[in-house]
Amino acid sequence: MSTDSSLAVYCKGVTKTYGKGTAEVMALRGVDLEVKRGELLMLVGPSGCGKTTLISVIAGILNRDGGECAVFGTDFGDMRDHERTAYRGKNIGFVFQAYNLIPALTAAENAAVPLLVNGVKRQRAIDRAKDLLGRVGMQDKVNKPPSELSGGQQQRVAIARALVHDPKLIVCDEPTSALDHETGHHVMEILRSVALEDGRALVIVTHDARIFEFADRIAQMDDGHIVAVANSPRELKL
Amino acid sequence: MNLIALKMLVGDRAKYLGIIMGITFASLLITQQASIFVGLMSRTYGFVTDLGQPDIWVMDPMVQFIDDIKPLQDTELYRVRGVTGVAWAVPLYKGLLKARLDDGSYQTCNVIGLDDTTLIGGPPKMIEGSLADLRRAEGIIVDHVGASSRLAKPAAEPGGQPTPLRVGDAIELNDHRAVVVGICEVSRTFQSQPVIYTTYSRAVQFAPRERKLLSFVLAEAADDVDPKDLCARITAETGLAAYLRDDFARMTVNYFMKYTGIPINFGIAVLLGFIVGTAIAGQTFYNFTLDNLRYFGTLKAMGAPNSMLLRMILLQSVMVGIIGYGLGVGAASLMGTLSSSTELAFKLTWHLLVISATAVTLICLFSAFISMYKVVRLEPAIVFKS
Ligand SMILES: Nc1ncnc2c1ncn2[C@@H]1O[C@H](COP(=O)(O)OP(=O)(O)OP(=O)(O)O)[C@@H](O)[C@H]1O
Ligand SMILES: [Mg+2]
Repeated sequence: MSTDSSLAVYCKGVTKTYGKGTAEVMALRGVDLEVKRGELLMLVGPSGCGKTTLISVIAGILNRDGGECAVFGTDFGDMRDHERTAYRGKNIGFVFQAYNLIPALTAAENAAVPLLVNGVKRQRAIDRAKDLLGRVGMQDKVNKPPSELSGGQQQRVAIARALVHDPKLIVCDEPTSALDHETGHHVMEILRSVALEDGRALVIVTHDARIFEFADRIAQMDDGHIVAVANSPRELKL
Repeated sequence: MNLIALKMLVGDRAKYLGIIMGITFASLLITQQASIFVGLMSRTYGFVTDLGQPDIWVMDPMVQFIDDIKPLQDTELYRVRGVTGVAWAVPLYKGLLKARLDDGSYQTCNVIGLDDTTLIGGPPKMIEGSLADLRRAEGIIVDHVGASSRLAKPAAEPGGQPTPLRVGDAIELNDHRAVVVGICEVSRTFQSQPVIYTTYSRAVQFAPRERKLLSFVLAEAADDVDPKDLCARITAETGLAAYLRDDFARMTVNYFMKYTGIPINFGIAVLLGFIVGTAIAGQTFYNFTLDNLRYFGTLKAMGAPNSMLLRMILLQSVMVGIIGYGLGVGAASLMGTLSSSTELAFKLTWHLLVISATAVTLICLFSAFISMYKVVRLEPAIVFKS
């Protein structure tokens, strides 16, 4: 097992199987992957190849079956359930394709959720959330509920939420695929400029070839393996 | 996070109202039906408590409740008076007699005959005239509900208002003339016949001739005598049954509880309220949680431990529970107040408030529990499912 904490993510031979017996699906068949601090890594590949499964394992919301996996030198496999939950709350930020903003809350409240979960006092959490909303260009929408925001605006709130508690690693599953090209581009610019500070790492799963240019490296998956890692989309046979 | 839980709850207006409606319905039905039940049951012994003063009721040992009259011989009164520790004892007649109305129809009345000298056991409240007026020849006192309904004189022309029986009017009781000398108010009793008070001697004249006519002997313990002990002594010396007033009232309620279908009927209504309320509230609350599963999953992914999510759900259920309980009990007491002038028996005691609060608590716990189960088992990995 690696304890090399200079790496943001270290995976070696990670396997994961869903279901049992005839319904068994081997989603990860021995994944090797490294993500450095300050790096934006994109994970690409055909539907069903295991991308979401892999980032779920990396983010500590899904248990792997075999292999090694450590985030900043910490292996979730050694942790008990509540320790893993607490670790996620402090160190991991999430961005989802469907935003997952709570409809009954304002943008600021939504963005403050990770701090509230960590026990930060409400007013401080809201203030900090407003700061972050300002940095993603949403300062004039802090009191709006998600239903009054466009898709791109909602995703910006979600990005503020993913950053509000200063996590070390941010995982994003298809952050732009619900958005039109221009909005997706804008969201990626924000992610790149705001998220990649202080040695944070970003892992972004995407189908969207139009945003590949924002990646430091691109890892290509197929059928539960990483089949290639490239520094630019041109090096991959996509 | 508590505020977030409440905002999530209130944010889904339709489900929020649905859950509250379910709980309101349950607490309303439970409180209201139970209140009517308690009201009805307290009517069964209304006459015993109305009678007030005497500590001890003496009667035939076979008597099971207040309306179960098994007459005694007049001499039993003197035997009771002879028991040491009895300060005084008076006779009481209680029986159903037929009154003949002006239009020739008959109405059964509950006739009470009071001791001629003391008039002990009179009505709790006089509206017109006084109890002493019973000493006038042929005098009777009629309860005002009876006087203005069943004993009222029919309207002069069809469709008109009947004329209530008034002081000075005469009626025929079992072919004996009787003159109304007063109008009184009594607690509603179970049978709801008109109640007519008169003296003991007049009552036994009205009654059909029988060897035994004494219904009860009412006795009072001397100052330094424990009434409970006195009951035992009366029984030992006379062979009659003697009960404290409250015990006799309780015996009467128990008889009705045991030998009538009333408790079962109300029990079913209360149970139905509980089940339907639980079904509506539980189901809607569960659906609400299911709708929010994605957000609970998101919170879980973002580091919210199960204990935090459970607290949120519990808070949500406590909130709807308190509101629903308040509305339900409020509506029930409003209905009780509105119906206080009608025939409906309604008695809301604090016990009933506790009972319906317990029922609501159970409903909320049940609703929260099935939701909690779902949330605890929730895999945070669902957050990436679109
Ligand atoms: N909860 C699950 N139970 C059973 N099988 C699953 C589950 N989640 C994923 N799978 C299967 O595992 C495989 C990998 O799924 P995964 O979601 O990781 O793919 P993906 O690369 O993210 O695909 P997509 O691009 O469509 O999102 C698929 O064959 C999928 O059907
Ligand atoms: Mg996927």
